[in-house]
Amino acid sequence: MLHSPEIPDSFYLGFVFSLCIFGAAMAEQKQSEPEELSKKQRKEIAKWFLINSPPGEIQYVAKDVESLLMDEHVYEMAVSEAFPLYNKTHMICLEMPNRSGEVLITAFGELDGSHYLDPRNAQVATVDHVKQVCSMVRPATDDELPSSYVEEFRGALDAELVRYISEAYPKGICSVYCISRKDAEGPGSDFELVAVISAGKHSPQNFCNGSWRSVWRIEFKDELQLVELIGKIEVDAHYFEEGNVQLDTNHECKDSTIFQLAEECAVSLANIIRHHESEYIAALEASYSNLPDTTFKDLRRKLPVTRTLFPWHNTLQFSLTRDLTKELGIGN
Amino acid sequence: MEAAMDLMRRMPPKQSQTALSSLLALLPEHSQELLSRVDQPLEVLCDVESGKEFLLCDYNRDGDSHRSPWSNKYHPPLDDGCQPSADLRKLEVEANDVFAVYRDQYYEGGISSVYMWEPDEGEGFASCFLIKKDGSKSGQGRRGYLQEGLWDAIHVIEVGAEDEGTARYRLTSTVMLSLTTSDTDAGTFNLSGSITRQMILDLAVSEGHLCNMGRMIEEMEGKLRNSLDQVYFGKTKEMVFSLRRPPDMMQQQQDNLLVNYSH
Repeated sequence: MLHSPEIPDSFYLGFVFSLCIFGAAMAEQKQSEPEELSKKQRKEIAKWFLINSPPGEIQYVAKDVESLLMDEHVYEMAVSEAFPLYNKTHMICLEMPNRSGEVLITAFGELDGSHYLDPRNAQVATVDHVKQVCSMVRPATDDELPSSYVEEFRGALDAELVRYISEAYPKGICSVYCISRKDAEGPGSDFELVAVISAGKHSPQNFCNGSWRSVWRIEFKDELQLVELIGKIEVDAHYFEEGNVQLDTNHECKDSTIFQLAEECAVSLANIIRHHESEYIAALEASYSNLPDTTFKDLRRKLPVTRTLFPWHNTLQFSLTRDLTKELGIGN
Repeated sequence: MEAAMDLMRRMPPKQSQTALSSLLALLPEHSQELLSRVDQPLEVLCDVESGKEFLLCDYNRDGDSHRSPWSNKYHPPLDDGCQPSADLRKLEVEANDVFAVYRDQYYEGGISSVYMWEPDEGEGFASCFLIKKDGSKSGQGRRGYLQEGLWDAIHVIEVGAEDEGTARYRLTSTVMLSLTTSDTDAGTFNLSGSITRQMILDLAVSEGHLCNMGRMIEEMEGKLRNSLDQVYFGKTKEMVFSLRRPPDMMQQQQDNLLVNYSH
């Protein structure tokens, strides 16, 4: 998975179950003053809800959590811890002031808790996580940026990816970061880039939200003269008009190409990414078309094998399932 | 409570148990209401006498024990657990037998249970029809498509007093499902969720209550299955394709962009 929550789910589950049994037991015994959960416990529960919000919904979840907690202090603590995690996991995109463009909030571009690098324009954005806004932008310093050698590759790939996403994504944003050995001076050094693509669509008025996130780690191995990619793609969707249905998919793929000059590498890498992502969306389409008649059938058929509705009216005439079994040909 | 219900609509359906436990921990004073309003996947016990499995819900629970529809006995045993009247029990037995056949026809496996009870006040009676199916290839999935496949259906029908040969049937149905396919090309694909719908009908009692209830449930399940498949899954599919263009549309876009650049 792309994200690693602070608290492992299994641990959290155990913690909450024990609280729940405790709380339910207290409620059943109808004691006048059930023992209070500690502030820390309430904060952890609030955080869990916030972090598990579907794409584009954390503000709605936050409102709910605030009214359930009825404790502004605990609420403030929970949001200040949960929002940064959520924003980075979901790779949200924020507008920078003064029409400086957009910045992606990711762990890869994080300089510290509230400062994020925009490598394309060599800027650093100051971010308020809870409000999900960028309040300020300044030029990046030299040591925040990669060396000119690495920047050749990073910049070339970034340009190719921008071209790619304009073809493939109606509203996608991408960014390329150097995450290892950004000070590599020239040939003879290994370094690692990561290319990130984030596309989100939020239609709360239609009760529908979704996101596509790809993270491609690209290792430039000088000695082998090889560039290796590992891609992780995650697509989520949530439809909740009188119900709650969620799509959760993820896919991992690997590929490689030869270590060439920056421009050639960029074209080759972008082609690889385009190829794998196109294949993936085609596979998703296939998964969906299999649903109604094949996959879903393993859960429940549309109709019995007899292709008629169940003969409820006949059941009055039969004494037990034995006769019905013969009648309907079960076990044939 | 409305905030709690809104959270349940937003949290990942696969985590609904954790979500409910969290709500119970935060709002112990609302635990009764939460437990009755928030549906959870059904748990299973095995009836020691018949060796058959049965499903657990609030309607066959008394204290910490649950009544089996097969033996009519509580597990763990209770001296004076709640029981339906003799007449209602007769209908309950028949309902369980017939529903098991229905279940087999549509679900090709799975577990079902039917419980009936008289309301504290007023006439008529109420029943719940439960189905649980594990359609994964390690479970009872016939065709082996699903890595994981879970379907839980809860149908609660309130039957009003008979009035000139007809009675009013009030059905509330909830389906919870999760399906996961997994392979090397497509990675892991999971759709999960729950929906609840209601149906009220006035029907002639001439063919018997079981017939009427059965038909309503069958119609409702069909509607829910279709709705899940076409509307709910369909909307998520629409969303996916609005996020990224399929390959054939990309060429079109490429051409569009080239035209724009050349001006």
